Amino acid sequence: MFRKFLKLIKPEKKKFIASIIAALLAACFVLMAPLVIKFILDYVLPGVPADDGIFLSIANALGGIEFLRQNIWICAVAIIFIALGQASCAFLRGRFAAIGAENISRAQKDMLYNHMQKLPYDYHVKAKTGDIIQRCTTDVETVRRFIATQFMEIFRIAFAAVIAFGLMLTFHVGLAFVSVMFVPVIFYSAYKFSGVISSSWQEVEHKEGELSTVMQENFTGVRVVRAFGREEFELNKFDVRNKDFKDLTYKHLIYIARFWGVSDFLCFLQIAAVLCVSVYFAYNGAITLGTVVVFMSYVNNLVWPLRQLARIVSDMNKMDVSMNRINEIMFTPAEESGEGATTPDLKGDIVFRNVDFAYEKAKPILNSISFTVKKGEKIAVLGSTGSGKSSLMHLLLRLYDYEKGSITLNGNELRRIDKSYLRKKVGIVLQDTFLYSKSIMENIKMAKDVVEDSEVYDAAKVANIHSDIENFKDGYKTMVGERGVTLSGGQKQRVAIARTLVKNSDILIFDDSLSAVDTETDALIQAELKKKGEGVTTFIISQRITTLMGADKILVMEGGKITDAGTHDELISREGLYYKIWNIQNDLEEEFEREG
Amino acid sequence: MDHFQEENFSKKLNFGLWGSLLRYAENAKKECVLLTLLNLVYSGISALLPLAIGYAIDTFVVARDMTTFIPFVILLIIWVALSGYLTYKFIDFASIIEVNIVHDMRKAGFVNLQKLSFSYFDTTPVGWILSRMAADIQRVGDVIAWSLLDMSFMAFEIIFFSAAMILLNWRLALVTLAVLPFVVIISFYFQKKILKNQREVRKFNSRITGAYNEGITGARTTKTLVREAKNFEEFGELSEGMRKASIVSATLSAVYMPIIVMLGSITVAATIYFGSGGVMSGLITFGTLTAFINYIMRMFEPIQQVARVLSEMQSAQAAGERTISLINTKPDILESDEVLAIYGDSLNPKQENWEPIHGDIEFKNVTFAYKTGEKILENFNLTIEKGQNIALVGATGAGKSTIVNLICRFYEPTEGEILIDGVDYRQRSQAWLHANLGYVLQTPHLFSGSVMENIRYGLLEATDDEVIEAAKAVGAYDFIINMSKGFDTDVGEGGNRLSVGEKQLVSFARAILRKPALFVLDEATSSIDTETELGIQKAIEKILKGRTSFLIAHRLSTIKSCDKILVIEGGEIVEVGNHKELIKKKGRYFNLYTNQFIEENEKKILG
Repeated sequence: MFRKFLKLIKPEKKKFIASIIAALLAACFVLMAPLVIKFILDYVLPGVPADDGIFLSIANALGGIEFLRQNIWICAVAIIFIALGQASCAFLRGRFAAIGAENISRAQKDMLYNHMQKLPYDYHVKAKTGDIIQRCTTDVETVRRFIATQFMEIFRIAFAAVIAFGLMLTFHVGLAFVSVMFVPVIFYSAYKFSGVISSSWQEVEHKEGELSTVMQENFTGVRVVRAFGREEFELNKFDVRNKDFKDLTYKHLIYIARFWGVSDFLCFLQIAAVLCVSVYFAYNGAITLGTVVVFMSYVNNLVWPLRQLARIVSDMNKMDVSMNRINEIMFTPAEESGEGATTPDLKGDIVFRNVDFAYEKAKPILNSISFTVKKGEKIAVLGSTGSGKSSLMHLLLRLYDYEKGSITLNGNELRRIDKSYLRKKVGIVLQDTFLYSKSIMENIKMAKDVVEDSEVYDAAKVANIHSDIENFKDGYKTMVGERGVTLSGGQKQRVAIARTLVKNSDILIFDDSLSAVDTETDALIQAELKKKGEGVTTFIISQRITTLMGADKILVMEGGKITDAGTHDELISREGLYYKIWNIQNDLEEEFEREG
Repeated sequence: MDHFQEENFSKKLNFGLWGSLLRYAENAKKECVLLTLLNLVYSGISALLPLAIGYAIDTFVVARDMTTFIPFVILLIIWVALSGYLTYKFIDFASIIEVNIVHDMRKAGFVNLQKLSFSYFDTTPVGWILSRMAADIQRVGDVIAWSLLDMSFMAFEIIFFSAAMILLNWRLALVTLAVLPFVVIISFYFQKKILKNQREVRKFNSRITGAYNEGITGARTTKTLVREAKNFEEFGELSEGMRKASIVSATLSAVYMPIIVMLGSITVAATIYFGSGGVMSGLITFGTLTAFINYIMRMFEPIQQVARVLSEMQSAQAAGERTISLINTKPDILESDEVLAIYGDSLNPKQENWEPIHGDIEFKNVTFAYKTGEKILENFNLTIEKGQNIALVGATGAGKSTIVNLICRFYEPTEGEILIDGVDYRQRSQAWLHANLGYVLQTPHLFSGSVMENIRYGLLEATDDEVIEAAKAVGAYDFIINMSKGFDTDVGEGGNRLSVGEKQLVSFARAILRKPALFVLDEATSSIDTETELGIQKAIEKILKGRTSFLIAHRLSTIKSCDKILVIEGGEIVEVGNHKELIKKKGRYFNLYTNQFIEENEKKILG
């Protein structure tokens, strides 16, 4: 755990060392102030010449006790100067620690974001968004808070405690031990209590989760609740949870009350013990009045921070848990192009030879796929759900890599082509369209580094979305998503198409990307695409025969295999899957005739 | 309209609001009084320690008089024990107050939410409501229990400390009291600044969370567009913004605390400077001087706390306002007093007075517009006889659901009336209507709990056999029995452990169980696979027989057999008739039918 932690803070080593030094100095200044007061009480005010080595030399340096007695302001200024030293060190400690912690936290956030983007396609297909976000935010925050505050607190408290105890020993060994008499008990009880408190906190959180589930289900299911007239039933259900949560929170808070009660008692007991014993020693003449004051100050510098330290130590495992959760993401291997990736010219034939592919070993998705596409051809793919048609397209962008066989683009083996380069040249409109919460203009421009507005309009016209956009109040500046308009499924798909068109790809793939668009619009888009897409090899996946029929070649896929291929006319002359679908139209007409 | 938008925070502290929030502590009134008394006692006690130290120094050390030493030790131990106990009691009382406020406010909110109309839920995101009910109420409870009441302790402490100092030596006390205003001003200045800055940090934080969310959900698209570098660049701006704001925030604290420490030391120095003459001449004892130093060290703490609490209250004020507004929002659909007297409301229904329902429905010159002004129906007339099945077809957003919502009285007509069995439905209670309603939604909603409990939701007094019967009737029995615990299987939050199709079957069984006179099926079978669909189709036909029912956008076979088909477009009913009549018309229904026929059959072949 410590090694992991040290590795994490290493880049900001200098800031933390500076902060720790400042903490050390601040601790020295804090403990120096009572000594000055002792000096004043023991020597200056009563006019007793200093007998102690250090105090004597200080007194002499300042012109002797008698001089100081006449000029008491010197002592006052000394107190202020020490405070100034303490204040500046405390400031530096806080400032350096903050910069270090925030720098690390930023780097951690950046690293997570970047890494997440580079994780393989497959990871994102299966990803649980909520959990990952939790790790990137809450866990990063837990680590940050530890570094920024608790980590530095450990040093501050440890320095203060050790130096205070050391100084106490020089004054009176016996009293020094009396001063730490209850410290182990304070520390142990604080440590133990913190454990109990955090486990009871978990119970509270659990109950809170149950309560919020009841509320959330009630609010999202408001239609069901009302339609079934179950308001009373719901209220009773809520009451039980609300009461449970209340009782458990109270139980938790009572633990906290006990912790503070007991530890206040112990800390005050320690202080009282020092007071009684020190005045007794002073009465005996074993120590001076000033020493009593010093001990009273130091014991305050010991007990309260040590109680705090125990809580920090007890909370440390939280930070460890968070670090591990973050590392789990960071250690998931990112996508790589492989060694010696090339960036060849891709304009040419596409050849699949005996390609096999499976997500999991036991479940083959594509089985011995072979076909050839000439440059500029329009290829349509028809197949049932799960026939492997989307997977086939994903292979072309190296979103997944095939296991057996070979795929060549213009004679170059796909597996050796650099992924980023390939994806810049091959445009795909995914089945489930995603738009970013930016303006429509920005969304479409996203596909390329530099895009002219006119290119955007052209692409939007081809995708038959231009007039829709113009009709929005803010036109192309309309924001998409939560902060803006809600686009219909068909509109989203068409924006996504426009975005892909802007890329001017060598190869274009439409993965069932017009499913939410009505048949007429679909046909218009197809016609436009045909006009503009001269020379671009295009794949269209669809379940609509009207979308497919104009293609140069239609591939029919069933169960991971290509079971039929040919032009529309060829396919309807054979009684296969394609024919069956083609025939639905006839069925409909028959039905109308039958029903008269 | 934008009632759920975040308010800004620049408002002045509103004590009236906090007063009205304090009302929710009614069930812990006793504890509030006790806590205040306890604060008085405790702060008085805590002011004794410096005095005790001063006494010990003067008597035992300086005067070397040990006669009272033993009683002193005993009193000190009692003091220690009392302090520990009072700390415990303080937290105990504050806890009781906190949990009561939170509990009672949540309950008030929940009760009101059960009454609020659909128009509220249509315009208010569930997430917004939830954070009011969870985080905001918690915050208000915290602030009242721990801050507002805590303030009395701090105020007492300041008073007692000042009094003790004045009694000890009023001249010297003036020195300390002269510094206090500076502490107050500086504390308020910084606390305000710190809070403002923390809000800035939080804003960045939520944007970063948003960026992660988009980064993850859009990761696949990002890959296909090769946008990784650009996205990262944009993210970097956010994380850099947060870094800077956080450093500013931490620096403010790093400046503030040392300044307070400095002021403390300056006061100590001044006290020593002004007090030394007195000590030397014997007017001021050593004990008094140390007591003063002690008081000074502790005096600043409560002032800082008061400043913190006040600025915290200011920032929690928005939470308080939002919560109060949620609790006080009035529903749009209100029952008249006469109706309430006879039929009761949804939380206290008077079922003994409910008439049996027959099932005739009539729309009489109904006009309906949403609050936004969007007109959906105008002068709409329609008569439905008991047992008729009505299909509503048309594109999404055409207004099909509005008609159903009006029938269910989730909304009321803006003009005209809807008669059920010849009586305006506003003359009977919503609960009466809903008790006779079976409702199956497009997105099936289940509640955490077992399958059995979920089906029984339809009719709470149903026996296990009746539940099983209902499950069989809709063809859900087989899949339920095949799950690990059969009918006792937990469906998970919102029914997440079941597939959408399974959820629909369960919600279907739930609706059937209550044998309602009116039935609404809102695209209820859209996600069920073809095979299950055929089974359920028969069940639907059986159930619809003899019940007035409404079907929205359904499979063609169901629509075809309906008594009336309403084709709705842009909020208007453009065609009415049965299947044969409408097909002959070759109008909109004909087109809809043709498209859906092809789609359904393609789906049958391609799966």
